Amino acid sequence: MVDTSLSKKKDPDQPEISLPTLKSQRTKMGKSEDSEKKKIKDVEISVPIVYGNAAFWLGKKASEYQSHKWTVYVRGATNEDLSVVVKRAVFQLHSSFNNPTRVVESAPFELSESGWGEFEIAITLFFHNDVCEKPLNLYHHLKLYPEDESGPMSTKKPVVVESYDEVVFTEPSESFLARVQNHPAVTFPRLPAGVTLPPPVSTEDESKKKRGDTKDHPLSQWFLNFSEADELLQLAAARQQVQAHIAKLRRQISLTDGQNQQFKPL
Amino acid sequence: MDAKDILGLPKTPLPIPQEKKSRPQKDSQRKPDGISREVYALTGGVAPLMPSIDVSQLKRRPPSDEKITWQWLPFTSSARKDDLQLYHWVRVVNGVPPTGDYSFAKYNKSVDVIRYTDEEYEKYLTDPKWTKEETDQLFDLCERFDLRFIIIADRFPTHRTVEELKDRYYSVSRAILVARAPSPGEVAGHPLVKEPYNVTQETERKRALSMVLSQTKHQERKDAEVLAEAKRIDESRMAARAAEEPDLPVPSDVGPESAEGAVGPGDTISPANVQAPAAAIAPSTSVIADNASTLASLRMLRVYLRTYALEQMVQAASSSAGLRTIKRVEQTLQDLGVNLKPKVPTKAVCAEHLELRKEILTLLNLQKQLQYKEAEGSSFRDGSYGDMPGTAKRSQRAADQDRTFVPDTISFGVIPGDRVVKREQKRKGPGRTSETPSSPAGAHKRPRKMKASDL
Repeated sequence: MVDTSLSKKKDPDQPEISLPTLKSQRTKMGKSEDSEKKKIKDVEISVPIVYGNAAFWLGKKASEYQSHKWTVYVRGATNEDLSVVVKRAVFQLHSSFNNPTRVVESAPFELSESGWGEFEIAITLFFHNDVCEKPLNLYHHLKLYPEDESGPMSTKKPVVVESYDEVVFTEPSESFLARVQNHPAVTFPRLPAGVTLPPPVSTEDESKKKRGDTKDHPLSQWFLNFSEADELLQLAAARQQVQAHIAKLRRQISLTDGQNQQFKPL
Repeated sequence: MDAKDILGLPKTPLPIPQEKKSRPQKDSQRKPDGISREVYALTGGVAPLMPSIDVSQLKRRPPSDEKITWQWLPFTSSARKDDLQLYHWVRVVNGVPPTGDYSFAKYNKSVDVIRYTDEEYEKYLTDPKWTKEETDQLFDLCERFDLRFIIIADRFPTHRTVEELKDRYYSVSRAILVARAPSPGEVAGHPLVKEPYNVTQETERKRALSMVLSQTKHQERKDAEVLAEAKRIDESRMAARAAEEPDLPVPSDVGPESAEGAVGPGDTISPANVQAPAAAIAPSTSVIADNASTLASLRMLRVYLRTYALEQMVQAASSSAGLRTIKRVEQTLQDLGVNLKPKVPTKAVCAEHLELRKEILTLLNLQKQLQYKEAEGSSFRDGSYGDMPGTAKRSQRAADQDRTFVPDTISFGVIPGDRVVKREQKRKGPGRTSETPSSPAGAHKRPRKMKASDL
């Protein structure tokens, strides 16, 4: 019985092995329509993202209804340009805002506003046609006030709350994979044996395209760092402890079993 | 009598002159108002507290202009073939009796049974199993009894089953229809032609129906169990297959299930056979199936967040654990310094997290096992107090509540000053208290019945 989750443990990027479902001849002929429809089974491609908000207290300029200026955003976890997968992002604000449905058509996918209240913002990501037809929802609770209520509020240092997550696409289409082959925003999977992709089609002139990455974003100095290394270490240590405990218990159980054998009632 | 009671009169019958005096008294007090006292007594004998029908609410019929009388008049019915005259009450309006046929005559419907000629019989309708005479008799009876086949079967001279009679009748009628029709297309819509009578199916259906109806309660329950088991196995097999590669060999624990998958309604395989292997396979397949079905459903989503996937996998892995166990897992995670929800949920981190949770579940189970075994050991050492009546049932019931394992039924006494088995008292059992940590020194010790909460 193949336990697929176990196989993932060994090598994070190893997809489940399957026989190739596409014929390489057709790929080489480069029928774009085919490759859009052709899904590669048992391969998943993920895009690590970070979403959250940064809020500045307006200090002297604060009024009763506009005490903070905040920006809610979705960015690539390594600050790469997400527009390679995301077509647009829709931010649904509290109904007290004018036009609470804000659509952002290009990267960086962010929205700035001013206000006084904290509320849940629903972020809907729409992807390009070859990526996925279904949108994905994220929910973020807007944070304006610092955790430490007694501390002073500063106009210089924002309150920043970010969440890390990964958007996973199952059975991606060939054309999608081909397009994002070498893009840094995407965690590219190892393809099953025998699967080849057409070379990426060059789109517009790179220099003309507006920069969608957030590497030099004005807020970038406040972005949090998410490193899986720490968490992995923590988990590995915990697992070791638990495993040692389990082994000990197993020994004790067999010992007790042996002891009990002698005293079993007739 | 109750009336006399109320009035305080002696129960012995009064002499006549006194009766006469008391009767008007009773009448005025009781006020039966038009009905005899006995009848009034039937309704309770006392005036009702509230009027049952509000007289003011009743619709007042407008005084009718017509003069209505009721007369005892003769009538005939077109449904009768003779001229029998019967009498009944008739509502006469203004001296004019009602006209028209007897009102129930319209319900005298009968079936149009197709009659064949002898020629037609020779041409189309001969059958090795039926003589012409029999067929004629059948059709006569059919016409006479309006296709009430149960009666026809009863009246039929030779012994034939209802299904045979129906079959003959319908096939003959069908053949006649088709033969008489100018073209096959015209009769194609006729119900007799469109849906022919299927003898074997009907016989089988009735046999099965009578079998089901005559099942004992015991048999019914067994059937339901078997079907439920088969369904569960089928589902887990489906889920496992959905996640599996189509080219990989089918896993071994699915093999024996395929036999069970073909279980008919309690007919072919005896329930005992099915349940034993099924029970053994069920626990392992259920966990694997949960995982597999979660993976399958995630794949169906096309796009999802890693955190969502982890949640689903955690749920699937803890599906066999109770709420208490889950809380303990979370407590353990916290004690180990691990975030309940990973802060950086990458693929690797999520996988590790899931594995850790599973290992903690195993750990907790082993802990329980060990405690239980130690308790067992201590009872053996200190001398068992033997089974008390009702012990077995109570422990069993308590054990059933905790789904992680089922302890045997033992009881043991607690000797003061000696080993005290550690107990966890987190869960409150329904009324199962009487916890005596150390019984008073002395001869009389009530053996404490072991509860699942001890472990």
